[in-house]
Amino acid sequence: MYISPSPHTHAQGSVSRTMLNVIIALVPAYLASLYYFGIGALIVSLISIASCVLFEYLITKFLLKREPTISDCSAILTGLLLAFNLPSNLPWWIIILGAAFAIGIGKMAFGGLGCNPFNPALVGRVFLLISFPAEMTTWPRPIPFNLHYLDAETGATPLSYIKEIAGLDVDSTSSATAIKSATTAFESVPDYLHLLLGNIGGSMGEVCAIALIIGFIYLLCTKTITWHIPISILATVALFTWPLYAHNPIIMADPLTQIMTGGLLLGSIFMATDYATSPMTHWGQIIYGIGIGVITVVIRTWGNYPEGMSFAILIMNGITPLINHYVRPKQFSKL
Amino acid sequence: MKTFRLGGIHPKENKITASVPFKYVPIPSEVIIPLDQHIGAPAVPCVAVGDKVKAGQTIGNPGGFVSAAVHSSVSGTVKKIENVRDAWGVLHNCVIITVEGDDWMENIDKSDTLITECKLEAKEILDKITASGIVGLGGACFPTQVKLMPPKDAKIDTLIVNAVECEPYLTHNHRLMLEKGNEVIVGVKIILKALGINKAIIGVENNKKDAIEHLKSLLPKYNTDGVQISVEALKMKYPQGGEKQLIHALTGRVVRSGAIPAATGVVVQNVATVFAVYEAVQKNKPIMEIALTVSGKKVANPGNFILRIGTPLADAVAMAGGIPDGTGKLICGGPMMGRSMISVNTPANKRTSAVVMLDEKESVRGKETNCMRCGKCVEACPMGLEPYLLSKMSKLKMYDEAEAHAIFDCIECGCCAFSCPSNRPLLDYVRLGKAQVMAIMKNRNNK
Repeated sequence: MYISPSPHTHAQGSVSRTMLNVIIALVPAYLASLYYFGIGALIVSLISIASCVLFEYLITKFLLKREPTISDCSAILTGLLLAFNLPSNLPWWIIILGAAFAIGIGKMAFGGLGCNPFNPALVGRVFLLISFPAEMTTWPRPIPFNLHYLDAETGATPLSYIKEIAGLDVDSTSSATAIKSATTAFESVPDYLHLLLGNIGGSMGEVCAIALIIGFIYLLCTKTITWHIPISILATVALFTWPLYAHNPIIMADPLTQIMTGGLLLGSIFMATDYATSPMTHWGQIIYGIGIGVITVVIRTWGNYPEGMSFAILIMNGITPLINHYVRPKQFSKL
Repeated sequence: MKTFRLGGIHPKENKITASVPFKYVPIPSEVIIPLDQHIGAPAVPCVAVGDKVKAGQTIGNPGGFVSAAVHSSVSGTVKKIENVRDAWGVLHNCVIITVEGDDWMENIDKSDTLITECKLEAKEILDKITASGIVGLGGACFPTQVKLMPPKDAKIDTLIVNAVECEPYLTHNHRLMLEKGNEVIVGVKIILKALGINKAIIGVENNKKDAIEHLKSLLPKYNTDGVQISVEALKMKYPQGGEKQLIHALTGRVVRSGAIPAATGVVVQNVATVFAVYEAVQKNKPIMEIALTVSGKKVANPGNFILRIGTPLADAVAMAGGIPDGTGKLICGGPMMGRSMISVNTPANKRTSAVVMLDEKESVRGKETNCMRCGKCVEACPMGLEPYLLSKMSKLKMYDEAEAHAIFDCIECGCCAFSCPSNRPLLDYVRLGKAQVMAIMKNRNNK
C-alpha cells in the first residue's frame, strides 16, 4: 500500500503533454511553411530541432551530470520555434550555432526548463540576427514546393518594403524620383488575402496568419494558454498603429497589416506566452502584453529593425519578475 | 448558478454509489471507541474496566469547553481502557467494549417515526447537543455546541447547511438527503431555534439534482412561522464545500484571514451534523453510528453504509466486497483531502466519512519535474495564493516571506498539487510551512 499526503488524485497533465500541445498547435503553420518554402523549411527545421535536442542532451548528461530531460519535449519545441524564426535559406552551420546558443545560454545556463528568464528560441534568434545580419534578413520568396535551399530566390518582407518607403524622403515634393520609388514599393506590399494565407516573404513560420490563428484556437481549447497575452499584444499594436497610420498612411502600414506581418502573430501566440518568461497573473499578463505591443510598434516606427517583435518580447521577459512582484493574485480574504 | 469566485478545479466525480441505499454493517464482537474523536480536549472516561454499558450510554465526558462527550455505540462490558494505535500510527486513548446483545438506553427512541414538533428552548437544545457528543461531521469534528454559541458581538442571521459533498466518490450525504430528507429539514429548524434566527440555506452541488428536487418538494410544509429554509443548487466545482468558499458562494460574504465564519453572520453546519442534531434532540440518540461511503473503481459492491462507532472499517469494506486486487491506496475520506491508511483495521469514528480504494496506477505520484512556471496552481488556488511560491519558501524555510504571502490562508484543499503538470508536491511543502508559520504566529501572540 502506498502512503502519501493528500491530494490522492491528479489532473493527469504533464510537462511533455503541455509541450506536445504547443507542438500540435504549430503543425498548421509548419505545413504552411513547408508549402511556401519547400525543402528549405524542412532542412532548417530538422537541423534546428535535432541540434536543440542534442545540445540539451549533451549539456545535461556531461556538463551538469543530471538525468537528461529531453523526454519532456521542451527542446523539440525550442528547436521548432527557433526554426520558425529563421529564414528558410539559412546555412546549416548558422542554425546549429543558433541552437547551441538558444539551449546553452538561453536555457541550460540558468538551470533548465522553467528557470530561464528569457525565451530560449528568441535568445537564439536575436543572437543570430545580431551576428549574421545579412543572412538573417535575406528571405526567400514564397514559391510552392520549392526545391531550393541555399539558392532559393529571395525577396523582401512586407514590413521591410514599408521601412524602405519610410526611409525615402517622401515629404520633400521636389524629389519626384523618391515619390515614384515610394509608390512602386508601396504597390509591392501584399494585400490582406496574401497576408492571411502567408504568401509573403519572411521567417519560415511567421508568414501564414490563418495557420497561426488555428494554432491559437487549439491552445485556447486545450487550456494550454489563456487569451490574455496574445490578445493584449494584438489589441495594443492595433490601437497604437491606428493613429500613426491615420496620420501618415504612406510610411505606415495599416493596423491589420501590422498584425499579420513581421512575426507578430507567431510571437504573441507562441513566443510571448512561454510559461517561464511571462507573468503569472492575468493582470500581469495584460500589462506584459501591452508592453510588448508598445515596444514592437516603437521599434517598427522609429527603430532600425522592421519587425521588432523579438526584441519587444525579450525586453518584457526581463521585466516579468518585476511584474510578478507587483501584480499579485487577488487574495480571497481581501476580496 | 452560484459558485465561489477564485480558482477551483474539476476532478472526475466518480460518484459510483449515488444510487445505492444505505446498508447497516453488523455489530462486531468488540468495538474500540477513541475518546478524542473531535477537535479540542479529549473526553474523560467515566466508566471503568468491567462496567456494563448500554448502547447510547455516555462513556466519556467533555474534557473542557471545546470538547465533546463520547458514547458507547454498543451494549456490553468495558474490557480495557488503553492507548490504541490507529491506521496512521497515532496513539489514542480508547475504550474497548466486548459486545453483548444490543441493549439501548431506555430514553432513546429507536423507531423511525418522524417527529417534527420541537418544543424545547434554545438552551435546552444546546444542552442536548452537548450531551449527545455532536461534532461537525464534515471532517473537521469541531464540537457543534461551541459553533452554535457564537461570540456575543457576532450578529448571526443565516444558517448554511453544507450538503455540497464536492469530494469525488463520496455519496453518503447525497443518500442522507434522499432517505432522511424530512429529518434533515427538522434538524435545520431545530438549529435555527437554537440560534434564534429564521433563515437557512441548504447548499447542494448540482450533481445531486434528485436530492435538490426532493428537499424542495418537502420544504413548503416546514417554512411556517417566518422560517425561511431554501435549497440552493451550486455549480460543480471543487472545493465548493470548503466553508469559506460556500459562505462566499451563497451569501457573497468573505471570511477574513484568521476570522471565524460567525464574524460574517453565518453559521455553517454539515448536513450529516444536522441529521445528528435531529436524532439527538427528537430521539435522544447520541452519535453512535456514522454513515460512510465505501467506493473505488474496482470495488465489487461499492455502497453507502451505516456502522456503529468503533467498528473496524474492514467490516464495511468486507460488505463492499473486500479490497480488490491491485489496490494501491486506501484512503480514509475522499481523494482530495482524505488521508491514506496502511490498513482498514482501524475503528470507525466521527472523523470517518469514506473508504476510497484506488488502484495501483492511480496511487503512485507522477515523477516530479522542474516547475515551468505555468501558473496553473495560481489559477486553481481558491484562496488566491501563489502555491508555487509558498512551496518554495517553505522548502527554503523562508517563514517570514511565507507569512507575508498569507500562507496561513491555505485551506489545504489540494487544488494546487492536483493541477500541477510537473507533479510537484506543492501542498506537502505548503502544509509544512503553514504549520511552522502558524506556530511562529502563535508564539508571537503569546508574548
